[in-house]
Amino acid sequence: MSILIDENTKLLIQGITGSFGARHASLSLAYGTKVVAGVTPGKGGQKFENIVPIFDTVSHAVNETGATATAIFVPPPFAADAILEAADAGVELIVCITEGIPVMDMMRVKEALRGSKSRLVGPNCPGIVTPGHGEKSHGGCRIGIAPGYIHKRGNVGVVSRSGTLTYEAVFQLTQLGYGQSTCVGIGGDPINGTNHQEVLEMFNNDPETEAIIMIGEIGGTAEVDAARWAKAHCKKPIAGFIAGATAPPGRRMGHAGAIVGGEEDTAQAKKRILAECGIAVAETPAEMAVTLLARWGK
Amino acid sequence: MNIHEYQAKELFDRFQVPSPKGAVASSPEEAAAAALQFSGAKLVIKAQVHAGGRGKGHFTNGFQGGVHLIESPEQAAEFAGKMLNQTLVTVQTGEAGKLVSKVMVAEAVDITHEYYLAILMDRATCRPVIVVSTEGGMSIEDVAHNTPEKIVRQFVHPLLGLQAYEVRKLTEALGMTGDVAKQFAKLLGNLYKLFISCDCAMLEINPLVTTPDGRVLALDAKFGFDDNALYRHPDIVAMRDKTEEDPREVAASEYDLNYIGLDGNIACLVNGAGLAMATMDIIKHYGGDPANFLDVGGGASKEQVTAAFKIILGDPNVKGILINIFGGIMDCNIIAEGVIAAAKETGLPIPLVVRLEGNNVEMGKATLAASGLDIVAADDMSDAARKIVAAVQ
Repeated sequence: MSILIDENTKLLIQGITGSFGARHASLSLAYGTKVVAGVTPGKGGQKFENIVPIFDTVSHAVNETGATATAIFVPPPFAADAILEAADAGVELIVCITEGIPVMDMMRVKEALRGSKSRLVGPNCPGIVTPGHGEKSHGGCRIGIAPGYIHKRGNVGVVSRSGTLTYEAVFQLTQLGYGQSTCVGIGGDPINGTNHQEVLEMFNNDPETEAIIMIGEIGGTAEVDAARWAKAHCKKPIAGFIAGATAPPGRRMGHAGAIVGGEEDTAQAKKRILAECGIAVAETPAEMAVTLLARWGK
Repeated sequence: MNIHEYQAKELFDRFQVPSPKGAVASSPEEAAAAALQFSGAKLVIKAQVHAGGRGKGHFTNGFQGGVHLIESPEQAAEFAGKMLNQTLVTVQTGEAGKLVSKVMVAEAVDITHEYYLAILMDRATCRPVIVVSTEGGMSIEDVAHNTPEKIVRQFVHPLLGLQAYEVRKLTEALGMTGDVAKQFAKLLGNLYKLFISCDCAMLEINPLVTTPDGRVLALDAKFGFDDNALYRHPDIVAMRDKTEEDPREVAASEYDLNYIGLDGNIACLVNGAGLAMATMDIIKHYGGDPANFLDVGGGASKEQVTAAFKIILGDPNVKGILINIFGGIMDCNIIAEGVIAAAKETGLPIPLVVRLEGNNVEMGKATLAASGLDIVAADDMSDAARKIVAAVQ
């Protein structure tokens, strides 16, 4: 098992002919992911790398190929429309990689998706990886932009607001011989589709996941809410890291959501609350995996 | 992005949010003309800088105070002459101060009562929230701490927009009645339109005032805009005053680099915002002091990396550089080529520690090794942080 996606997930890619989308569509194909369709308005009927059919609309792509997940690579001005189109077509899992979507657009999208059967992950995220069983985790499902080869199939779930910190954690785990069930990048924007707590709930219910790394940063209360939930409900060992202890207040640290607004959303406050909720907090980002293993009793 | 007081007034005027009469001036003559235009009213002249504490500040030419009452057009011209093209130092500007290139001549209103009014994007509920208080004119953090019951919030539905009953609830909470309540309702409706139409992240009026002659006015304003939405607001982008910003940050923004200057001596160049923050944290953890936050982003080009390197080397405080790359999107070899190109152009007068991992890492490492440059390779983040902290000591 894994969460959200597995090696049989049929993936479509919105924005497959853009340079960014195309590059990562190729990498996903090379990883062994079942990329069954691409969508680029105006390019329907063509083929990506002579194999993947391209459609003008998401609903046409879904009807023809049975895709159940989509990765969105379209530019920010068109990303909200792309998410809504995927939900309209009934795509179960919508992963939006696009960085730079206006908050007002995401506010409306979030409201429009209420009650929908589609789950949105992101935006401004690295995507999701369920590693495969092959060499360098080949044969898994890679949605988004993560480097596939650093993964290894195993029992640790990883959830993070930051792409590169996810890779860092995954790489540390793999080097120590511990694989991952699924790695979920939920994105660095102030409004996102899926939060830390929802991913923790899925990991808690997933038999393959035995331990969890949760990575957060300054801004908002999502990590704290998740930690309080975990204290009451999560049966599995969790290690956490919060980035931004040295960030000056009131400045947006790259991610639109990474800004200290008050005393409660500093890295120090979050680390303290995580620890109070029984999460093993890594002192430095270089120690995320070893902190988990210590808590896990490995 | 911040805007000046006079620009905030322009936005208020455009959206019919009442504020005191006023005009901006770039010369003593314009200041005198503005004072003449509003003659009859009590007037004030204010230096335009992006910093608080103007009234108690001083100019480097010795003139005291960035805000003065004026009694005649001649006096407006005289004060404008002492403020314009001079440097104002306040508690918020730092010792270097800010150059004043504009002044605003405005009506000095008498105040009956001060209120607080703000609209923010609330992350937890993913919708706008209107915050009001009868305790205006002071720090809202203090009000929240000492008398939290005096802060009233109203969440607004993202698709329905502000409803009349929501406004009535707020009006009642502020104890407003009659014509004042009507004026407030109109002001709030227009302010909400401004918030949505201009893609604001935050809009704060402190204080909002009532006057003895029965007006409701926004006396001061603080705007925060959503950077992601600026592409659809060229009029707001045009309000940007680069002279108010850290020149290193201005240079970085020209190359689409996320750079924030700090006071330490170890520069960092990192891909990804989370890793960039974490790199600063680990430098601090091992006893160093980060000189900046710098995220070169996911799809950085060789030119961007070169520009980033030059900005770092242009900071006189910097005594060492840590490059920390975990390439997901990023090709490690592009980083390597960018670093070499920049180092060859600028020279490499200070220690450089590089930690590379991710896509195409072998090629990146080989490129660096073959460059002949004096680069210290690191195995992981801890190793990199320890090595650069040791190198600058």
